[in-house]
Amino acid sequence: MENKSLNKHISGQFNAELEDIRNRVLAMGGLVERQLEESLDALASLDAELAQKVIDGDHRVNGMEVSIDEECTRIIAKRQPAASDLRLIITIGKTITDLERIGDACVRIAKAALDKRLNNQQPLLVSIENMGRHATRTLHATLDALARMDADNALELHKEDAKLDKEYEGIIRQLMTYMMEDPRSIPAVLDVLWAARAVERVGDRCKNICEYIIFFVKGKDVRHTSYEDMEKDLNM
Amino acid sequence: MISIDQSAIKSEVVDLANLPAQDTALEIRNLDLRYGDKQALFDVSMKIPKNQVTAFIGPSGCGKSTLLRCINRMNDLVETCHTSGEILLHGQNIYDKQVDVAALRRNVGMVFQRPNPFPKSIYENVVYGLRLQGVSNRRELDEAAERSLRGAAIWDEVKDRLHDNAFGLSGGQQQRLVIARAIAIEPEVLLLDEPTSALDPISTLTIEELITELKSKYTVVIVTHNMQQAARVSDQTAFMYMGELIEYADTNTIFTTPKKRKTEDYITGRYG
Repeated sequence: MENKSLNKHISGQFNAELEDIRNRVLAMGGLVERQLEESLDALASLDAELAQKVIDGDHRVNGMEVSIDEECTRIIAKRQPAASDLRLIITIGKTITDLERIGDACVRIAKAALDKRLNNQQPLLVSIENMGRHATRTLHATLDALARMDADNALELHKEDAKLDKEYEGIIRQLMTYMMEDPRSIPAVLDVLWAARAVERVGDRCKNICEYIIFFVKGKDVRHTSYEDMEKDLNM
Repeated sequence: MISIDQSAIKSEVVDLANLPAQDTALEIRNLDLRYGDKQALFDVSMKIPKNQVTAFIGPSGCGKSTLLRCINRMNDLVETCHTSGEILLHGQNIYDKQVDVAALRRNVGMVFQRPNPFPKSIYENVVYGLRLQGVSNRRELDEAAERSLRGAAIWDEVKDRLHDNAFGLSGGQQQRLVIARAIAIEPEVLLLDEPTSALDPISTLTIEELITELKSKYTVVIVTHNMQQAARVSDQTAFMYMGELIEYADTNTIFTTPKKRKTEDYITGRYG
């Protein structure tokens, strides 16, 4: 489909509104990305101050979701967008929900970093660090694909979620071993487990956003379809 | 992985390219039209499905009204106008020499932009076509008048003043009266040329509601400048540009995922 034109409406005002809302989503993405990096840093170094900063910063993510959502509603009411404009608004409306949930995952990770019990359990945190880096890279690349509305890239990134799921399973197995070896470590291990779970959820959210990008570019709803079907849709 | 039954979600989409004959009201084949030296339609081919609303959209001068007028040969009235190609109604080309144009127009009714009631009573307006056909039985005429006025959703508003002058009606009522007049002779196809462009928003909604009801009995073809109107009332939408049929598909597709760049640009307001 040859319809990625994102500017040049007859109505300059409509142009400006769409451009503005796109920019705000990207800004929100940037903020969430920083939240994720900082929450993982805080967990790795058990930096309570940084963790608190992440927790306090979440309201800004929430606020952005609400205001962008309002703007989407306003544009639908006033402009009756159609075709790619409509798909852009729908894509944005869904994307910000997932970004906000990634923000919540960051808070969960940061809360684990505040847990004093982890102070003498540093080895537990090593594996989550790797997975965290992977999730951060995926989120960064997803936001990149969103900025450029790059469906091919989104399809590739879609696969990252399965890898993150695998890493998560690995971490669970590892943490179970710790718990069996030393039951006293269970409370601390559970904290790490929740944090790992939050990181894994970031992957799910990125995958959703990739699906929205494909929806915007190709007009195809690829949720709940196999990778092969998605590839077929993309090559149409 | 959760599999979803796609057929349960998607509304019924008509396959326009392979429309079976019994579901086709009209088929236009390779239609060219010239006004003197100027070519206004270029090789238009499309099938218009029965008992559905088909909308023609496109910028001014794109040929959508010209195409609509071809369907009941209104363009015959323009001296310099020459057509080639075919429009098939019941498998017969309406441009064949032996076709009776008056009979064709009985079968393919038309409603124009501005309501044009005759300077007669409401009742006489509706039964006008029947009288021309030689019907004079009072009961038959009364029944036809009530049926048509009900069909055009105006019966309740005029039933107590059927013999008042039609000019006393509001614009929206006049337009519905004209539609009643068009359906009184029970055509198969109803052509609407921007039927609401001279009406206020409320009357427009009434007419749109009416169009949706009309399709159970008639095949409706509508030309409209109002894209939201096409989106609201039509099942199929044809986008025309500079005399060519650019894209023709079900309305949901045209308004969410058009295939052609020109269609996209037009319906999103990137072209004027």
